[in-house]
Amino acid sequence: MPENPSAITREQVAHLGRLARLSLTEDELDRYSAQLADIVAAVARVTEVATPDVPATSHPMPLQNVFREDVPRPSLTQQQALGDAPDAQEGRFRVPRILDEE
Amino acid sequence: MRADRSSAGADTNGPDADGWDAPGELPDLTRLTAAQLSDLLGNAVVSAREVAQAHLDRIGEVDADIHAFLHVDAEGALAAADAIDAARAGGEPLGALAGVPLALKDVLTMQGVPTTCGSRILEGWRPPYDATVTRRLREAGIVILGKTNMDEFAMGSSTEHSAYGPTRNPWALDRIPGGSGGGSAAALAAFEAPLAIGTDTGGSIRQPAAVTGTVGVKPTYGAVSRYGLVALASSLDQAGPCARTVLDTALLHAAIAGHDPMDSTSLTDPVPDVVGAARTPDVAGMRIGLVRELGGEGYQAGVRQRFAEAVALLERLGADVVEVSCPSFEYALAAYYLILPSEASSNLAKFDGIRYGLRVGDDGTRSVEEVMSLTREAGFGAEVKRRIMLGTYALSSGYYDAYYGSAQQVRTLIQRDFAAAFAQADVLISPTAPTTAFRLGEKLDDPLAMYLNDVATIPVNLAGNAAMSLPIGLAPEDGLPVGLQIIAPAMADDRLYRVGGALERTLFQRWGGLLIEQVPDLSSQQRIPRTSDDTTRQAAR
Repeated sequence: MPENPSAITREQVAHLGRLARLSLTEDELDRYSAQLADIVAAVARVTEVATPDVPATSHPMPLQNVFREDVPRPSLTQQQALGDAPDAQEGRFRVPRILDEE
Repeated sequence: MRADRSSAGADTNGPDADGWDAPGELPDLTRLTAAQLSDLLGNAVVSAREVAQAHLDRIGEVDADIHAFLHVDAEGALAAADAIDAARAGGEPLGALAGVPLALKDVLTMQGVPTTCGSRILEGWRPPYDATVTRRLREAGIVILGKTNMDEFAMGSSTEHSAYGPTRNPWALDRIPGGSGGGSAAALAAFEAPLAIGTDTGGSIRQPAAVTGTVGVKPTYGAVSRYGLVALASSLDQAGPCARTVLDTALLHAAIAGHDPMDSTSLTDPVPDVVGAARTPDVAGMRIGLVRELGGEGYQAGVRQRFAEAVALLERLGADVVEVSCPSFEYALAAYYLILPSEASSNLAKFDGIRYGLRVGDDGTRSVEEVMSLTREAGFGAEVKRRIMLGTYALSSGYYDAYYGSAQQVRTLIQRDFAAAFAQADVLISPTAPTTAFRLGEKLDDPLAMYLNDVATIPVNLAGNAAMSLPIGLAPEDGLPVGLQIIAPAMADDRLYRVGGALERTLFQRWGGLLIEQVPDLSSQQRIPRTSDDTTRQAAR
C-alpha cells in the first residue's frame, strides 16, 4: 500500500478537484485535506485482510452481457431531449468553447 | 391520538385486517393502512379522490414542520385519483393498491415532475421520462402525491445533506428522520402517505425506517429495476418499498418488483410471494441467526435492550435462535467507503451543465472545462464533493490496487461470511442502527461519525442480499423508535415478511396497536421537550 496514506496535502486536494472538475475554494482546500486524510486513514483498514488469495468482487450478482434484438424503437424527440438543456441552438446543445483561442 | 381500531381487534388481533367494518362515520383516512384503504376503495365506501384529498390536506397541515416533500403534485395526484375512480365506476379490473396514495423519493424520475435528487445541480429539472418504478406505480393505479426529500444524491444518513434543508423526525422535531430517504420515512410517520418508495445503497431505506418507527425493505439486488433511478453506486443501489405495516410493504414490493429489460442488471427470476408470506407470518421451527458482530459495543443501551426483548419474543414464537459470526463485517464500512465513492465519482461525472440541469459561468469567455468546474462547484454540496474526491483518489493511479482493489476483495470475504451464516440460519437479525434518531446538526461536521450510522446495514448492500427494518419499541432513555433488521439470502425476500409479520403481529397485540400510533401530536410537540440521555448516545461515536 502507499506510504503514509493518511497524509493528503492541499496540493493533492487541488489536483483531485481538477480531475473531478470541481473549482474548489481556498477554504475548501483546507477543510477537505483534513477530512479526506481522516477518512482515508479509516478506510485503509481494508488492506489488512485483502490477501492475494482472495479474489475481487465487483458486483453482488454474477453478471453476463445482456443482449436484445437490434430493432428501432421510439425514443425521445429532439424537442424533448433539448427541453431541459441550459442552452440550445438550431436543434443542438450549445456548449462553451471547447478549444483554446486561435 | 390513537385511531379507532376496534374493528381490527378481537377477530384478527393484528395490523393486517383489510376491512373496516365499523358502521357509520368514516375514519380519518390518513390513519389507515394501505390494505385498509384498498378495502374501502374496492367496496366504493370512499373514492380515490377523497383519499388523495385527505392526504393532500394532511400534507398542507403538517409539512411546513416536517418538510418531507420537496414537491407536492396535487394536480397530478387528483387527476390520477379521478382516473381510478372512473375506471372503477366503469367496472375495469384494478390492482390491490389502485387509488392508494404514495410518496416517491426524489431520486426516481417522474415525467414532467421536478426531480432534484436533493441537489441544486438538478433544480428545476423536469425529466422527459418515467423511471420503471414510477411507471409500475402508475400502472398499479397508485396515486403519487409528490417527491420526497433526501440527502443530496442519497449521500447521507440524516437528510441534512439535502440542498433544500433537512426533514424533521415526526417523533421529535429536533431529531433527524434518518437518511438518505428521510423524507419518505417521515411522510409515513407523519401520516402524510401510507406508502412510500425509498432507495437503499448502504441503508437509506432501513435506517430511516428504524428511526421513524416505520417499515422498510431493501429487496435483493436486481429485484427492482434501476432504470430511472439516478445512480449513486450502481453495484449497490436498490429501490424498495416503505410503509407503516409489514403487509403494506409487501403489497408495494409486489407492485414494483420484477424483471425489466431496460435494466441490464435486473433479475429474471420470479418475484418471491412476499404478500403471501406477509399474510401467513410464522417463525415456528425457523432458524434465526444473531450476528455476533452487529449489536454489541457501540450500540445505544435502549437499542440493545429492545433488541434482546425481540429475540426472546422470537424464541417464544418457536424460532430456533442461534449465534453466527461474520468476522469480515468489521471491514464492511471501510470497503463501502471506497467502493461507493469510486462508483459515485464516475456516475456523477454526467452532471456537467451541458445537456440538462444547472450551468454556471458561461459568459462567452470561459472554456467548457471552466464552465463545468464552476457548475459542479456551485451545484454540489459538501458531502457530494467529499465523496467525489474520495472516489477520484481511490481510483487514481498508484492507489487503485491498494484501495479500490482491496475493497473489492473485502466484498468477497463478506459474501463468504453471509454464505457461511446462511448455512446455519434461514434469516439473520441485528439492530438496524446503533442509535435512535440523533439531533439535527449533531454529526453534520463529522463525516466519519455520520458514516457509522450504517455499520449494520452496509454488509447487506455489499453482498446483494435482501433486508427489512421494522419497529420493535421505543428506547427507554429517549422515547424514540428502535428498529430490528432481518436479513435474508438473495431471492428469499419472502422470509423477511414471514419473520417481520410474525414479530409485528405479536407486538401489535402487546401494544394494542402499531407503534407508529404512539407518535406525538405534532401541534403539541414544540412545547413539550422530550427527555433524553446524551451519555448513552456517545457510545456509538
